[in-house]
Amino acid sequence: MIRTLPNSPLYKYTYRFYIVCFFIFLVIPLVAISILAFNDSDFIAFPWKGFTLDWFFANTDQRTGLFADDGLVQSIFISIKTAFYVATISTAVGTAAALLFEEEKFRLKGLLYFLALAPLVIPGVILGISILLTSTMAGSYLEQKFGWDIGFLSPSFWLVVLGQFSFGATYVMLLVGARLKKFDRTLEEAALSLKATRLQSIWYVTIPFLRPAIIGAFTVAFLISFSNFNTTIFLIGSDPTLPVDLYSRIKFSSTPVLNAVSFIIVVFITVVALGSLFINRNKK
Amino acid sequence: MEDKKSFNFTFYLLILPVLLWLILLIVLPHIDLFISSFQVDGDNGKVFSFDNYTTFFKNKIYWLTFINTAAYAIGITLLAFVVTFPVAFYLTKVVSRKYASFLSLLLLIPLWIGELVTVYGWMIILGDHGVINESLIYFGIIDKPIHMLYTNISMSIGLLYISMLFMVIPIMTTLESLDDSLIEAASDLGASKWTIFRRIIIPYSMPGITSGGIIVFMLVIGDYVAPDILGGKSSLWFTEQIYNEFLSTFNWGEGAAFGFLLLMISSSIIWAALRISGQKLERVGS
Repeated sequence: MIRTLPNSPLYKYTYRFYIVCFFIFLVIPLVAISILAFNDSDFIAFPWKGFTLDWFFANTDQRTGLFADDGLVQSIFISIKTAFYVATISTAVGTAAALLFEEEKFRLKGLLYFLALAPLVIPGVILGISILLTSTMAGSYLEQKFGWDIGFLSPSFWLVVLGQFSFGATYVMLLVGARLKKFDRTLEEAALSLKATRLQSIWYVTIPFLRPAIIGAFTVAFLISFSNFNTTIFLIGSDPTLPVDLYSRIKFSSTPVLNAVSFIIVVFITVVALGSLFINRNKK
Repeated sequence: MEDKKSFNFTFYLLILPVLLWLILLIVLPHIDLFISSFQVDGDNGKVFSFDNYTTFFKNKIYWLTFINTAAYAIGITLLAFVVTFPVAFYLTKVVSRKYASFLSLLLLIPLWIGELVTVYGWMIILGDHGVINESLIYFGIIDKPIHMLYTNISMSIGLLYISMLFMVIPIMTTLESLDDSLIEAASDLGASKWTIFRRIIIPYSMPGITSGGIIVFMLVIGDYVAPDILGGKSSLWFTEQIYNEFLSTFNWGEGAAFGFLLLMISSSIIWAALRISGQKLERVGS
Protein backbone atom coordinates (compact mmCIF):
# COMPACT_ATOMS: atom_id res chain seq x y z
CA MET A 1 0.00 0.00 0.00
CA ILE A 2 2.80 2.42 0.88
CA ARG A 3 6.52 2.36 0.02
CA THR A 4 7.48 0.11 2.91
CA LEU A 5 4.71 -2.50 2.52
CA PRO A 6 4.69 -5.32 -0.02
CA ASN A 7 2.02 -5.29 -2.72
CA SER A 8 0.67 -7.80 -5.17
CA PRO A 9 1.89 -7.10 -8.74
CA LEU A 10 -1.71 -6.75 -9.94
CA TYR A 11 -2.40 -3.99 -7.42
CA LYS A 12 0.88 -2.26 -8.17
CA TYR A 13 0.48 -2.22 -11.94
CA THR A 14 -3.20 -1.31 -11.93
CA TYR A 15 -2.41 1.64 -9.67
CA ARG A 16 0.52 2.67 -11.84
CA PHE A 17 -1.62 2.40 -14.97
CA TYR A 18 -4.24 4.70 -13.43
CA ILE A 19 -1.58 7.30 -12.55
CA VAL A 20 -0.20 7.19 -16.10
CA CYS A 21 -3.74 7.73 -17.48
CA PHE A 22 -4.21 10.66 -15.13
CA PHE A 23 -1.04 12.37 -16.27
CA ILE A 24 -1.94 11.78 -19.92
CA PHE A 25 -5.30 13.44 -19.21
CA LEU A 26 -3.38 16.29 -17.60
CA VAL A 27 -0.95 17.01 -20.42
CA ILE A 28 -2.96 16.08 -23.50
CA PRO A 29 -4.54 19.53 -24.09
CA LEU A 30 -1.13 21.16 -23.73
CA VAL A 31 0.51 18.69 -26.10
CA ALA A 32 -2.27 19.09 -28.69
CA ILE A 33 -1.93 22.88 -28.64
CA SER A 34 1.85 22.70 -28.92
CA ILE A 35 1.76 20.40 -31.95
CA LEU A 36 -0.97 22.31 -33.77
CA ALA A 37 0.89 25.61 -33.34
CA PHE A 38 3.23 24.33 -36.07
CA ASN A 39 0.59 22.85 -38.38
CA ASP A 40 0.64 24.17 -41.93
CA SER A 41 -3.16 24.40 -42.15
CA ASP A 42 -5.65 27.26 -42.05
CA PHE A 43 -7.85 25.49 -39.50
CA ILE A 44 -7.19 25.05 -35.81
CA ALA A 45 -7.64 21.27 -35.97
CA PHE A 46 -5.99 18.19 -37.42
CA PRO A 47 -5.14 16.64 -39.94
CA TRP A 48 -1.43 17.42 -39.92
CA LYS A 49 -0.44 19.22 -43.10
CA GLY A 50 3.27 19.72 -42.48
CA PHE A 51 5.52 21.90 -40.38
CA THR A 52 5.42 25.68 -40.52
CA LEU A 53 6.38 28.71 -38.45
CA ASP A 54 3.72 30.83 -40.22
CA TRP A 55 1.56 31.12 -37.10
CA PHE A 56 4.38 32.90 -35.35
CA PHE A 57 6.02 34.99 -38.04
CA ALA A 58 3.89 35.18 -41.23
CA ASN A 59 2.59 38.54 -42.35
CA THR A 60 0.76 37.90 -45.61
CA ASP A 61 -2.80 38.43 -46.82
CA GLN A 62 -3.79 34.86 -45.97
CA ARG A 63 -1.95 34.41 -42.71
CA THR A 64 -1.08 36.74 -39.86
CA GLY A 65 1.35 35.22 -37.38
CA LEU A 66 1.41 36.07 -33.70
CA PHE A 67 4.23 38.59 -33.89
CA ALA A 68 2.67 40.40 -36.86
CA ASP A 69 -0.73 40.64 -35.15
CA ASP A 70 -0.69 44.06 -33.48
CA GLY A 71 -3.88 43.44 -31.50
CA LEU A 72 -2.51 40.28 -29.96
CA VAL A 73 0.92 41.72 -29.19
CA GLN A 74 -0.85 44.69 -27.62
CA SER A 75 -3.04 42.50 -25.39
CA ILE A 76 -0.01 40.48 -24.23
CA PHE A 77 1.68 43.74 -23.31
CA ILE A 78 -1.43 44.97 -21.43
CA SER A 79 -1.64 41.67 -19.54
CA ILE A 80 1.98 41.92 -18.44
CA LYS A 81 1.47 45.53 -17.35
CA THR A 82 -1.72 44.65 -15.44
CA ALA A 83 -0.09 41.66 -13.78
CA PHE A 84 2.90 43.75 -12.73
CA TYR A 85 0.75 46.40 -11.00
CA VAL A 86 -1.58 43.80 -9.45
CA ALA A 87 1.36 41.80 -8.09
CA THR A 88 3.06 44.91 -6.70
CA ILE A 89 -0.03 46.28 -4.90
CA SER A 90 -1.17 42.82 -3.74
CA THR A 91 2.28 42.04 -2.34
CA ALA A 92 2.45 45.32 -0.42
CA VAL A 93 -1.07 45.11 1.06
CA GLY A 94 -1.04 41.31 1.49
CA THR A 95 2.24 41.47 3.42
CA ALA A 96 0.85 44.27 5.59
CA ALA A 97 -2.21 42.09 6.25
CA ALA A 98 -0.05 39.09 7.17
CA LEU A 99 1.99 41.18 9.65
CA LEU A 100 -1.20 42.70 11.03
CA PHE A 101 -3.04 39.42 11.62
CA GLU A 102 0.00 37.46 12.85
CA GLU A 103 1.61 40.03 15.14
CA GLU A 104 -0.90 42.66 16.25
CA LYS A 105 -3.83 42.47 18.63
CA PHE A 106 -6.86 44.69 18.08
CA ARG A 107 -10.61 44.77 18.24
CA LEU A 108 -12.62 43.15 15.42
CA LYS A 109 -9.52 41.22 14.34
CA GLY A 110 -11.54 38.03 13.79
CA LEU A 111 -14.08 39.82 11.61
CA LEU A 112 -11.39 41.53 9.52
CA TYR A 113 -9.53 38.25 9.05
CA PHE A 114 -12.74 36.58 7.92
CA LEU A 115 -13.28 39.37 5.36
CA ALA A 116 -9.69 39.06 4.15
CA LEU A 117 -10.25 35.32 3.54
CA ALA A 118 -13.64 35.82 1.89
CA PRO A 119 -12.26 36.23 -1.68
CA LEU A 120 -11.20 32.55 -1.48
CA VAL A 121 -14.82 31.46 -1.43
CA ILE A 122 -16.50 34.24 -3.44
CA PRO A 123 -16.82 33.31 -7.13
CA GLY A 124 -14.81 35.63 -9.39
CA VAL A 125 -17.97 36.65 -11.27
CA ILE A 126 -19.49 38.06 -8.10
CA LEU A 127 -16.38 40.12 -7.29
CA GLY A 128 -16.43 41.41 -10.86
CA ILE A 129 -20.07 42.51 -10.94
CA SER A 130 -20.13 43.95 -7.43
CA ILE A 131 -16.99 46.04 -8.01
CA LEU A 132 -18.43 47.17 -11.34
CA LEU A 133 -21.72 48.20 -9.70
CA THR A 134 -19.99 50.09 -6.88
CA SER A 135 -17.44 51.89 -9.00
CA THR A 136 -20.10 52.95 -11.51
CA MET A 137 -22.32 54.21 -8.70
CA ALA A 138 -19.46 56.07 -7.03
CA GLY A 139 -18.37 57.51 -10.38
CA SER A 140 -21.79 58.90 -11.28
CA TYR A 141 -22.36 60.19 -7.73
CA LEU A 142 -19.07 62.12 -7.75
CA GLU A 143 -19.79 63.50 -11.17
CA GLN A 144 -23.32 64.71 -10.33
CA LYS A 145 -22.41 66.09 -6.92
CA PHE A 146 -19.01 67.65 -7.55
CA GLY A 147 -18.57 67.52 -11.30
CA TRP A 148 -15.53 65.28 -10.92
CA ASP A 149 -14.90 62.86 -13.73
CA ILE A 150 -12.75 60.08 -12.29
CA GLY A 151 -11.53 57.87 -15.12
CA PHE A 152 -10.65 54.72 -13.23
CA LEU A 153 -14.17 54.36 -11.78
CA SER A 154 -15.55 53.36 -15.17
CA PRO A 155 -14.34 50.14 -16.80
CA SER A 156 -10.68 50.74 -17.58
CA PHE A 157 -7.13 49.50 -17.02
CA TRP A 158 -7.01 50.68 -13.39
CA LEU A 159 -10.38 49.20 -12.51
CA VAL A 160 -9.09 45.82 -13.73
CA VAL A 161 -6.02 46.28 -11.53
CA LEU A 162 -8.24 47.06 -8.51
CA GLY A 163 -10.54 44.12 -9.21
CA GLN A 164 -7.69 41.62 -9.49
CA PHE A 165 -5.96 43.10 -6.46
CA SER A 166 -9.10 42.45 -4.38
CA PHE A 167 -8.38 38.70 -4.40
CA GLY A 168 -4.63 38.79 -5.19
CA ALA A 169 -3.95 40.29 -1.75
CA THR A 170 -5.64 37.29 -0.07
CA TYR A 171 -3.24 34.82 -1.68
CA VAL A 172 -0.23 36.98 -0.78
CA MET A 173 -1.49 37.25 2.81
CA LEU A 174 -1.77 33.46 3.11
CA LEU A 175 1.63 32.72 1.55
CA VAL A 176 3.50 35.35 3.56
CA GLY A 177 1.49 34.49 6.70
CA ALA A 178 2.52 30.83 6.43
CA ARG A 179 6.19 31.82 6.56
CA LEU A 180 5.58 34.36 9.31
CA LYS A 181 4.24 31.54 11.51
CA LYS A 182 7.76 30.05 11.45
CA PHE A 183 9.36 33.33 12.45
CA ASP A 184 11.15 33.49 15.79
CA ARG A 185 9.56 36.50 17.51
CA THR A 186 12.50 36.83 19.91
CA LEU A 187 14.54 38.26 17.01
CA GLU A 188 12.11 41.19 16.81
CA GLU A 189 12.15 41.57 20.56
CA ALA A 190 15.95 41.66 20.48
CA ALA A 191 15.84 44.43 17.88
CA LEU A 192 13.31 46.36 19.99
CA SER A 193 15.40 46.03 23.14
CA LEU A 194 18.36 47.40 21.18
CA LYS A 195 16.30 50.57 20.71
CA ALA A 196 15.09 49.87 17.21
CA THR A 197 11.63 51.27 16.54
CA ARG A 198 8.88 48.82 15.71
CA LEU A 199 9.02 49.89 12.07
CA GLN A 200 12.80 49.43 11.95
CA SER A 201 12.53 45.97 13.45
CA ILE A 202 9.97 44.98 10.81
CA TRP A 203 12.03 46.49 8.00
CA TYR A 204 15.47 45.20 9.02
CA VAL A 205 14.57 41.92 10.76
CA THR A 206 11.16 40.57 9.74
CA ILE A 207 11.07 41.56 6.06
CA PRO A 208 14.48 39.99 5.22
CA PHE A 209 13.28 36.77 6.88
CA LEU A 210 10.12 36.89 4.77
CA ARG A 211 11.90 37.69 1.51
CA PRO A 212 11.61 34.23 -0.14
CA ALA A 213 7.88 34.10 0.68
CA ILE A 214 7.37 37.65 -0.56
CA ILE A 215 9.08 36.87 -3.87
CA GLY A 216 7.03 33.67 -4.19
CA ALA A 217 3.82 35.54 -3.38
CA PHE A 218 4.64 38.23 -5.95
CA THR A 219 5.06 35.51 -8.60
CA VAL A 220 1.80 33.83 -7.62
CA ALA A 221 -0.09 37.15 -7.73
CA PHE A 222 1.46 37.89 -11.12
CA LEU A 223 0.37 34.53 -12.56
CA ILE A 224 -3.13 34.75 -11.05
CA SER A 225 -3.58 38.16 -12.61
CA PHE A 226 -2.12 37.11 -15.95
CA SER A 227 -4.59 34.26 -16.40
CA ASN A 228 -7.69 35.82 -14.83
CA PHE A 229 -10.85 36.04 -16.93
CA ASN A 230 -13.92 35.81 -14.68
CA THR A 231 -13.43 39.07 -12.80
CA THR A 232 -11.58 40.95 -15.53
CA ILE A 233 -14.29 40.64 -18.20
CA PHE A 234 -16.65 42.97 -16.28
CA LEU A 235 -14.07 45.65 -15.53
CA ILE A 236 -12.30 45.84 -18.87
CA GLY A 237 -12.28 49.09 -20.82
CA SER A 238 -11.24 49.45 -24.44
CA ASP A 239 -7.96 47.52 -24.11
CA PRO A 240 -8.47 43.78 -23.56
CA THR A 241 -6.04 41.67 -21.55
CA LEU A 242 -4.75 38.49 -23.18
CA PRO A 243 -7.39 36.09 -21.71
CA VAL A 244 -10.23 38.42 -22.77
CA ASP A 245 -8.74 38.80 -26.25
CA LEU A 246 -8.23 35.02 -26.55
CA TYR A 247 -11.81 34.42 -25.41
CA SER A 248 -13.34 36.64 -28.09
CA ARG A 249 -11.09 35.09 -30.74
CA ILE A 250 -12.04 31.55 -29.67
CA LYS A 251 -15.71 32.51 -29.83
CA PHE A 252 -15.72 34.50 -33.05
CA SER A 253 -12.63 34.06 -35.20
CA SER A 254 -10.39 31.14 -34.35
CA THR A 255 -7.28 30.76 -36.49
CA PRO A 256 -4.20 28.68 -35.64
CA VAL A 257 -2.56 31.84 -34.31
CA LEU A 258 -4.45 30.93 -31.09
CA ASN A 259 -2.36 27.77 -30.93
CA ALA A 260 0.78 29.83 -31.33
CA VAL A 261 -0.14 32.16 -28.43
CA SER A 262 -1.14 29.21 -26.25
CA PHE A 263 2.12 27.46 -27.12
CA ILE A 264 4.13 30.50 -26.01
CA ILE A 265 2.21 30.57 -22.69
CA VAL A 266 2.72 26.81 -22.16
CA VAL A 267 6.45 27.07 -22.82
CA PHE A 268 6.85 30.15 -20.64
CA ILE A 269 5.03 28.60 -17.64
CA THR A 270 6.87 25.29 -18.00
CA VAL A 271 10.25 27.04 -18.07
CA VAL A 272 9.34 29.08 -14.96
CA ALA A 273 8.12 25.94 -13.16
CA LEU A 274 11.17 23.83 -14.04
CA GLY A 275 13.41 26.75 -13.14
CA SER A 276 11.85 26.98 -9.68
CA LEU A 277 12.29 23.22 -9.19
CA PHE A 278 15.94 23.51 -10.18
CA ILE A 279 16.58 26.43 -7.81
CA ASN A 280 14.89 24.61 -4.90
CA ARG A 281 16.93 21.50 -5.57
CA ASN A 282 20.20 23.42 -5.59
CA LYS A 283 19.30 25.00 -2.26
CA LYS A 284 18.98 21.59 -0.67
CA MET B 1 6.63 56.87 25.73
CA GLU B 2 8.59 57.14 22.50
CA ASP B 3 8.36 53.40 21.93
CA LYS B 4 4.62 53.33 22.53
CA LYS B 5 4.09 56.09 19.98
CA SER B 6 6.10 54.44 17.19
CA PHE B 7 4.34 51.15 17.92
CA ASN B 8 1.01 52.82 17.25
CA PHE B 9 2.30 54.49 14.12
CA THR B 10 3.37 51.11 12.72
CA PHE B 11 0.03 49.61 13.63
CA TYR B 12 -1.83 52.31 11.68
CA LEU B 13 0.58 51.98 8.79
CA LEU B 14 -0.31 48.29 8.60
CA ILE B 15 -4.03 48.51 9.21
CA LEU B 16 -4.82 51.45 6.93
CA PRO B 17 -4.15 49.76 3.56
CA VAL B 18 -5.84 46.58 4.82
CA LEU B 19 -8.96 48.50 5.88
CA LEU B 20 -9.08 50.35 2.55
CA TRP B 21 -8.80 47.02 0.71
CA LEU B 22 -11.48 45.25 2.73
CA ILE B 23 -13.98 48.11 2.99
CA LEU B 24 -13.71 49.55 -0.53
CA LEU B 25 -13.26 46.33 -2.50
CA ILE B 26 -14.99 43.64 -0.43
CA VAL B 27 -17.62 45.07 1.96
CA LEU B 28 -19.06 48.03 0.04
CA PRO B 29 -19.34 46.21 -3.31
CA HIS B 30 -21.28 43.35 -1.71
CA ILE B 31 -23.64 45.72 0.10
CA ASP B 32 -24.12 47.50 -3.20
CA LEU B 33 -24.78 44.19 -4.95
CA PHE B 34 -27.51 43.47 -2.41
CA ILE B 35 -29.09 46.94 -2.76
CA SER B 36 -28.89 46.93 -6.56
CA SER B 37 -30.69 43.61 -6.69
CA PHE B 38 -33.78 45.40 -5.30
CA GLN B 39 -33.65 48.26 -7.81
CA VAL B 40 -35.39 48.65 -11.14
CA ASP B 41 -35.45 51.61 -13.51
CA GLY B 42 -38.41 53.87 -12.69
CA ASP B 43 -39.55 57.19 -14.17
CA ASN B 44 -37.19 59.23 -11.98
CA GLY B 45 -34.18 57.00 -11.71
CA LYS B 46 -33.99 53.80 -9.70
CA VAL B 47 -36.86 52.62 -7.51
CA PHE B 48 -37.15 49.88 -4.91
CA SER B 49 -38.80 46.68 -6.14
CA PHE B 50 -38.90 42.92 -5.73
CA ASP B 51 -39.28 42.49 -9.51
CA ASN B 52 -35.76 41.19 -10.07
CA TYR B 53 -36.45 38.29 -7.73
CA THR B 54 -40.00 37.59 -8.90
CA THR B 55 -38.68 37.40 -12.48
CA PHE B 56 -36.28 34.71 -11.31
CA PHE B 57 -38.92 32.61 -9.57
CA LYS B 58 -41.59 33.05 -12.26
CA ASN B 59 -39.39 31.98 -15.16
CA LYS B 60 -38.79 28.28 -15.08
CA ILE B 61 -35.67 28.61 -17.25
CA TYR B 62 -33.92 30.74 -14.62
CA TRP B 63 -34.47 28.60 -11.55
CA LEU B 64 -34.01 25.41 -13.53
CA THR B 65 -30.62 26.73 -14.65
CA PHE B 66 -29.86 27.68 -11.07
CA ILE B 67 -30.62 24.17 -9.77
CA ASN B 68 -28.82 22.56 -12.69
CA THR B 69 -25.68 24.60 -12.05
CA ALA B 70 -25.66 23.79 -8.33
CA ALA B 71 -26.21 20.08 -9.05
CA TYR B 72 -23.37 20.02 -11.57
CA ALA B 73 -21.07 21.84 -9.18
CA ILE B 74 -21.72 19.25 -6.46
CA GLY B 75 -21.31 16.40 -8.95
CA ILE B 76 -18.02 17.72 -10.35
CA THR B 77 -16.71 18.24 -6.82
CA LEU B 78 -17.40 14.59 -5.93
CA LEU B 79 -15.91 13.45 -9.23
CA ALA B 80 -12.80 15.55 -8.65
CA PHE B 81 -12.37 13.85 -5.27
CA VAL B 82 -12.73 10.34 -6.72
CA VAL B 83 -10.38 11.05 -9.62
CA THR B 84 -7.66 12.85 -7.71
CA PHE B 85 -7.52 11.12 -4.32
CA PRO B 86 -5.57 8.10 -5.67
CA VAL B 87 -3.19 10.56 -7.36
CA ALA B 88 -2.61 12.55 -4.17
CA PHE B 89 -1.99 9.31 -2.26
CA TYR B 90 0.37 8.00 -4.92
CA LEU B 91 2.45 11.17 -5.03
CA THR B 92 2.81 11.45 -1.25
CA LYS B 93 2.99 7.81 -0.13
CA VAL B 94 3.76 5.44 -3.00
CA VAL B 95 6.06 6.85 -5.66
CA SER B 96 9.76 7.09 -4.79
CA ARG B 97 10.70 10.55 -3.54
CA LYS B 98 12.99 11.05 -6.52
CA TYR B 99 10.02 11.45 -8.87
CA ALA B 100 7.54 12.92 -6.40
CA SER B 101 8.67 16.54 -6.67
CA PHE B 102 8.83 16.40 -10.46
CA LEU B 103 5.32 14.90 -10.72
CA SER B 104 3.89 17.38 -8.21
CA LEU B 105 5.34 20.16 -10.29
CA LEU B 106 3.69 18.71 -13.38
CA LEU B 107 0.38 19.09 -11.54
CA LEU B 108 0.96 22.80 -11.09
CA ILE B 109 1.74 23.62 -14.71
CA PRO B 110 -1.86 23.47 -16.08
CA LEU B 111 -2.93 25.49 -13.06
CA TRP B 112 -0.62 28.37 -13.90
CA ILE B 113 -1.26 28.23 -17.62
CA GLY B 114 -4.80 29.31 -16.88
CA GLU B 115 -8.20 28.01 -17.76
CA LEU B 116 -8.62 29.86 -21.04
CA VAL B 117 -5.71 28.08 -22.72
CA THR B 118 -6.49 24.65 -21.25
CA VAL B 119 -10.20 24.89 -22.11
CA TYR B 120 -9.19 25.87 -25.63
CA GLY B 121 -6.95 22.80 -25.68
CA TRP B 122 -9.95 20.60 -24.84
CA MET B 123 -11.92 22.28 -27.60
CA ILE B 124 -9.22 21.17 -30.07
CA ILE B 125 -9.20 17.64 -28.67
CA LEU B 126 -12.94 17.02 -28.53
CA GLY B 127 -14.04 18.76 -31.74
CA ASP B 128 -15.47 16.95 -34.78
CA HIS B 129 -12.03 17.31 -36.38
CA GLY B 130 -10.29 17.11 -33.05
CA VAL B 131 -7.49 14.89 -31.90
CA ILE B 132 -9.74 12.05 -30.73
CA ASN B 133 -12.01 11.90 -33.77
CA GLU B 134 -9.18 12.28 -36.30
CA SER B 135 -7.13 9.50 -34.72
CA LEU B 136 -10.14 7.14 -34.42
CA ILE B 137 -10.92 7.76 -38.09
CA TYR B 138 -7.26 7.35 -39.06
CA PHE B 139 -7.12 3.92 -37.42
CA GLY B 140 -10.40 2.95 -39.06
CA ILE B 141 -12.31 2.47 -35.79
CA ILE B 142 -15.08 4.87 -36.85
CA ASP B 143 -16.10 6.41 -40.23
CA LYS B 144 -17.87 9.52 -39.07
CA PRO B 145 -16.78 11.81 -36.23
CA ILE B 146 -18.53 11.24 -32.91
CA HIS B 147 -20.13 14.45 -31.70
CA MET B 148 -18.49 15.26 -28.38
CA LEU B 149 -17.89 19.00 -28.31
CA TYR B 150 -20.72 21.34 -27.22
CA THR B 151 -22.36 18.73 -25.02
CA ASN B 152 -22.72 18.38 -21.26
CA ILE B 153 -19.95 15.77 -21.35
CA SER B 154 -17.39 18.10 -22.91
CA MET B 155 -18.46 20.80 -20.46
CA SER B 156 -17.97 18.41 -17.52
CA ILE B 157 -14.52 17.36 -18.76
CA GLY B 158 -13.50 21.01 -18.97
CA LEU B 159 -14.89 21.83 -15.52
CA LEU B 160 -13.20 18.79 -14.00
CA TYR B 161 -9.89 19.63 -15.65
CA ILE B 162 -9.75 23.25 -14.52
CA SER B 163 -10.83 22.52 -10.94
CA MET B 164 -9.44 19.11 -9.95
CA LEU B 165 -5.91 20.31 -9.22
CA PHE B 166 -7.29 22.50 -6.44
CA MET B 167 -8.45 19.24 -4.85
CA VAL B 168 -5.12 17.38 -5.18
CA ILE B 169 -2.94 19.99 -3.54
CA PRO B 170 -4.71 20.37 -0.15
CA ILE B 171 -5.12 16.58 0.10
CA MET B 172 -1.40 16.10 -0.58
CA THR B 173 -0.59 18.64 2.11
CA THR B 174 -2.56 16.71 4.76
CA LEU B 175 -1.33 13.29 3.60
CA GLU B 176 2.30 14.43 3.84
CA SER B 177 1.90 14.76 7.61
CA LEU B 178 0.31 11.29 7.96
CA ASP B 179 2.84 9.06 9.70
CA ASP B 180 3.51 5.93 7.61
CA SER B 181 3.90 3.85 10.76
CA LEU B 182 0.15 4.19 11.42
CA ILE B 183 -0.54 2.39 8.16
CA GLU B 184 2.23 -0.14 8.84
CA ALA B 185 0.85 -0.86 12.29
CA ALA B 186 -2.67 -1.39 10.95
CA SER B 187 -1.30 -3.66 8.25
CA ASP B 188 0.72 -5.68 10.78
CA LEU B 189 -2.43 -6.14 12.84
CA GLY B 190 -4.08 -7.68 9.80
CA ALA B 191 -6.21 -4.80 8.52
CA SER B 192 -7.15 -5.04 4.85
CA LYS B 193 -6.35 -2.23 2.41
CA TRP B 194 -9.99 -1.20 2.37
CA THR B 195 -10.12 -1.00 6.17
CA ILE B 196 -6.92 1.05 6.32
CA PHE B 197 -8.29 3.36 3.65
CA ARG B 198 -11.65 3.79 5.37
CA ARG B 199 -10.52 3.92 9.00
CA ILE B 200 -7.16 5.72 8.79
CA ILE B 201 -6.45 7.47 5.50
CA ILE B 202 -9.83 9.08 4.84
CA PRO B 203 -10.44 10.38 8.38
CA TYR B 204 -6.89 11.72 8.52
CA SER B 205 -7.13 13.59 5.23
CA MET B 206 -10.60 15.01 5.93
CA PRO B 207 -9.36 18.61 6.47
CA GLY B 208 -7.63 18.53 3.08
CA ILE B 209 -10.68 17.01 1.42
CA THR B 210 -12.93 19.72 2.86
CA SER B 211 -10.59 22.55 1.79
CA GLY B 212 -10.23 21.09 -1.69
CA GLY B 213 -13.95 20.41 -1.99
CA ILE B 214 -14.85 23.97 -1.06
CA ILE B 215 -12.43 25.52 -3.54
CA VAL B 216 -13.47 23.16 -6.36
CA PHE B 217 -17.16 23.76 -5.71
CA MET B 218 -16.71 27.53 -5.69
CA LEU B 219 -14.64 27.47 -8.89
CA VAL B 220 -17.12 25.28 -10.74
CA ILE B 221 -20.29 27.09 -9.69
CA GLY B 222 -18.76 30.45 -10.62
CA ASP B 223 -17.08 29.34 -13.83
CA TYR B 224 -18.03 30.80 -17.16
CA VAL B 225 -15.30 29.87 -19.65
CA ALA B 226 -15.72 26.07 -19.67
CA PRO B 227 -19.55 26.02 -19.96
CA ASP B 228 -19.49 28.80 -22.55
CA ILE B 229 -16.74 27.38 -24.78
CA LEU B 230 -17.24 23.63 -24.30
CA GLY B 231 -20.93 23.45 -23.37
CA GLY B 232 -23.72 23.37 -25.92
CA LYS B 233 -26.38 25.95 -26.66
CA SER B 234 -28.65 24.05 -24.32
CA SER B 235 -26.19 23.85 -21.44
CA LEU B 236 -27.98 25.56 -18.59
CA TRP B 237 -25.31 27.47 -16.71
CA PHE B 238 -26.21 30.18 -14.25
CA THR B 239 -23.14 32.41 -14.65
CA GLU B 240 -24.01 32.68 -18.35
CA GLN B 241 -27.28 34.34 -17.29
CA ILE B 242 -25.33 36.80 -15.14
CA TYR B 243 -22.98 37.61 -18.02
CA ASN B 244 -25.93 38.14 -20.34
CA GLU B 245 -27.66 40.53 -17.95
CA PHE B 246 -24.50 42.56 -17.46
CA LEU B 247 -22.81 42.47 -20.84
CA SER B 248 -25.60 41.91 -23.42
CA THR B 249 -28.95 43.21 -22.16
CA PHE B 250 -27.48 45.69 -19.62
CA ASN B 251 -30.17 44.84 -17.09
CA TRP B 252 -27.86 45.29 -14.12
CA GLY B 253 -30.58 45.06 -11.45
CA GLU B 254 -31.60 41.61 -12.66
CA GLY B 255 -27.94 40.62 -12.97
CA ALA B 256 -27.30 41.79 -9.40
CA ALA B 257 -30.22 39.64 -8.17
CA PHE B 258 -28.81 36.61 -10.01
CA GLY B 259 -25.36 37.35 -8.61
CA PHE B 260 -26.74 37.63 -5.10
CA LEU B 261 -28.59 34.31 -5.46
CA LEU B 262 -25.39 32.66 -6.70
CA LEU B 263 -23.48 34.09 -3.76
CA MET B 264 -26.18 32.82 -1.38
CA ILE B 265 -26.18 29.26 -2.68
CA SER B 266 -22.39 29.01 -2.83
CA SER B 267 -21.95 30.47 0.67
CA SER B 268 -24.63 28.28 2.20
CA ILE B 269 -23.25 25.07 0.70
CA ILE B 270 -19.72 26.05 1.79
CA TRP B 271 -21.04 26.91 5.26
CA ALA B 272 -22.79 23.53 5.44
CA ALA B 273 -19.59 21.74 4.37
CA LEU B 274 -17.60 23.55 7.06
CA ARG B 275 -20.28 22.78 9.63
CA ILE B 276 -20.50 19.07 8.82
CA SER B 277 -16.73 18.62 8.83
CA GLY B 278 -16.29 20.86 11.88
CA GLN B 279 -13.68 22.93 10.08
CA LYS B 280 -12.97 26.67 10.12
CA LEU B 281 -12.67 28.94 7.10
CA GLU B 282 -9.11 29.77 8.20
CA ARG B 283 -8.13 26.18 7.45
CA VAL B 284 -9.35 26.42 3.85
CA GLY B 285 -6.67 28.92 2.99
CA SER B 286 -3.73 26.95 4.29
